[in-house]
Amino acid sequence: MESVGSIIMYVIIALAIVIFSILAVTTRKILRAATYLLFTLFATAAIYFQLDYEFLGAVQIAVYAGGIVVLFVFSILLTSHPGDNSEKLASKSKKMGLVGAAVMFIAAAWSLFSRCEMLMTSRPEMSNPDMQRVGEALMGTAHYQYLLPFEAVSVLLLACIIGGVVIARKR
Amino acid sequence: MELTMLYYLIPSLFMFCCGVYGFVTRKNMIAILISLELMLNAVDINFVVFNRYLFPGNMEGMFFTLFAIAIAAAETALAIAIIINIFRVASDIDVREINKMKF
Repeated sequence: MESVGSIIMYVIIALAIVIFSILAVTTRKILRAATYLLFTLFATAAIYFQLDYEFLGAVQIAVYAGGIVVLFVFSILLTSHPGDNSEKLASKSKKMGLVGAAVMFIAAAWSLFSRCEMLMTSRPEMSNPDMQRVGEALMGTAHYQYLLPFEAVSVLLLACIIGGVVIARKR
Repeated sequence: MELTMLYYLIPSLFMFCCGVYGFVTRKNMIAILISLELMLNAVDINFVVFNRYLFPGNMEGMFFTLFAIAIAAAETALAIAIIINIFRVASDIDVREINKMKF
């Protein structure tokens, strides 16, 4: 049984996710779409905090809301006039998009509800994974420890930096 | 009222479908990238929710999300570099106009 406060928080988060993700894909001003994406990412971070993963919520805010959205805003300002409206959608492409999203929704919802009894499990007790556990899991090489993917991601980021410089430089 | 798993999966499913809709209908490359971020984010929520509800002692879902966030950041940075480069040579980032491999 949850407290009333956490249910109210949940309702706010869920409404924010639904409303802002609809607005992010339907608004015709591209800068507004980036702003609504930012709000959606904040709501996601709030979900992580509510599910007791504080480290993950902090990473979500720092990397997504702090890094990626800033990149988006920069590139929008570089490539388009911020006041411009994108042109109205042709009804054909709108229809295609709605059909695609509806098919996706029905397929996923069907596969969710065919496992209904698992979906109704209540939230088990869990202590927050503290920083020592997270750090040991990131740096260890034993079972359920993640040194190799950690190093692989660092090499990926290096390759990404070099690739970014090579692509974006003047020739 | 109890907040079961379903209550978190439905908003994330909704977010994913919004991403699909935007990916199909948008013409601006950056808007397409924004829709892609929505989809990735919805999948991240799913990982965390399954981890929290079904395997509360373990941290697999959390670490998968962590690495997915890192890869999404790298992918976005590179995609934006490519988009800016396309804008430099074609002075347009509408996907209908970009139909030549060589300028």
